[in-house]
Amino acid sequence: MVQLRLPPNSRVMPGKEVSSVSDAEKILTVRVYRWHPDAGENPRLDTFQLDRGQCGAMVLDALIQIKNTLDTTLAFRRSCREGVCGSCAMNINGRNTLACTKAIDDYGDTLTIYPLPHQQVVKDLVTDMTHFYAQYAAIEPWLQTVTPAPADRERLQSEEERGRLDGLYDCILCACCSTACPSYWWNSDKYLGPAVLLQAHRWIADSRDEMTGERLDDLEDPFKLYRCHTIMNCTDTCPKGLNPAKSIAEIKKLLLERKG
Amino acid sequence: MSKPQSNSSARPLSPHLQVYRLPLTALLSITHRITGVILCLGLFLLVWVLLQMAADPVGYEALRDFLQTWIGRLILWLWTLSLFVHFSHGIRHLLWDLGWGFAKDTLDKHGLIELAAALILSVAVWIF
Repeated sequence: MVQLRLPPNSRVMPGKEVSSVSDAEKILTVRVYRWHPDAGENPRLDTFQLDRGQCGAMVLDALIQIKNTLDTTLAFRRSCREGVCGSCAMNINGRNTLACTKAIDDYGDTLTIYPLPHQQVVKDLVTDMTHFYAQYAAIEPWLQTVTPAPADRERLQSEEERGRLDGLYDCILCACCSTACPSYWWNSDKYLGPAVLLQAHRWIADSRDEMTGERLDDLEDPFKLYRCHTIMNCTDTCPKGLNPAKSIAEIKKLLLERKG
Repeated sequence: MSKPQSNSSARPLSPHLQVYRLPLTALLSITHRITGVILCLGLFLLVWVLLQMAADPVGYEALRDFLQTWIGRLILWLWTLSLFVHFSHGIRHLLWDLGWGFAKDTLDKHGLIELAAALILSVAVWIF
């Protein structure tokens, strides 16, 4: 359902200001969305001031600096710090991206950081990904075959067949694209969203997979696939430079082609 | 082990439209819908003009005079502009359906071409 306003318990209130810098230093202002499950309060936007010279190059470095020096209770997910794991996906200055691969200097001296949009917040920047992962599981993201595997070797692909997976297998499921999509905001109960549809395309495009027809059958649905209205926020925001909208269009084309 | 602290219904929903900086393609997408509604309303106006034309010469003249006023002209101008904005983005949807025009670095460029085309077509109709 389209719900333009946030529910009353979700409206963001002004928060505290914490600073550890003197006037002489180059100041980085970081505003961060905060919510604590036990406080019984609405979310708030805290403001932290850091010495730019004391913290590393990336937005994730700024968050770690805040957690180390100003507020140890700040919660966010991070792991690989090199854009491979997808944990630190968040909304930075209005666009979804990975905090670890985005340079602070791309933004200037102020960062405003929210969790991934239109998600249930667990704490601060940590959102509940359960539904997203369940949708991923629903497309059965593994190689499925009917014919027995060759006795003496793997199921081989030509270079060209393997090439068709470029731009598809690279997806790290960070959910930046799906949570940037207004259609997904309003219909995530039934619409699979760009990330999961790109993954679905990854298996449809795989020359070794023998369930292509069944996979397409499963997507031929007014909601699962066709809630995509080519708004293009997914392609615009993908931190890996992938193109979920293109994948969705390719699936639509395949559905049309097989009708003849 | 303690059970999870809070029940999920008490969890807040993270901000979405309030904080997301929509790219040009998203703004064009919502404009496409809005202009679609304006075009529908414009059709009612058109039917009304036709009805008046067929049924009531005096009423038609009054309506025509109203459409000659600045507010009438503004309505007609907005309708024409809506028509061509809707038309241009519709063409783009057709190209997208063919699988063309998805490259990230062309998104803004095509959006600007679309808007320019809509403006030029609208001005052309009004001069003509």
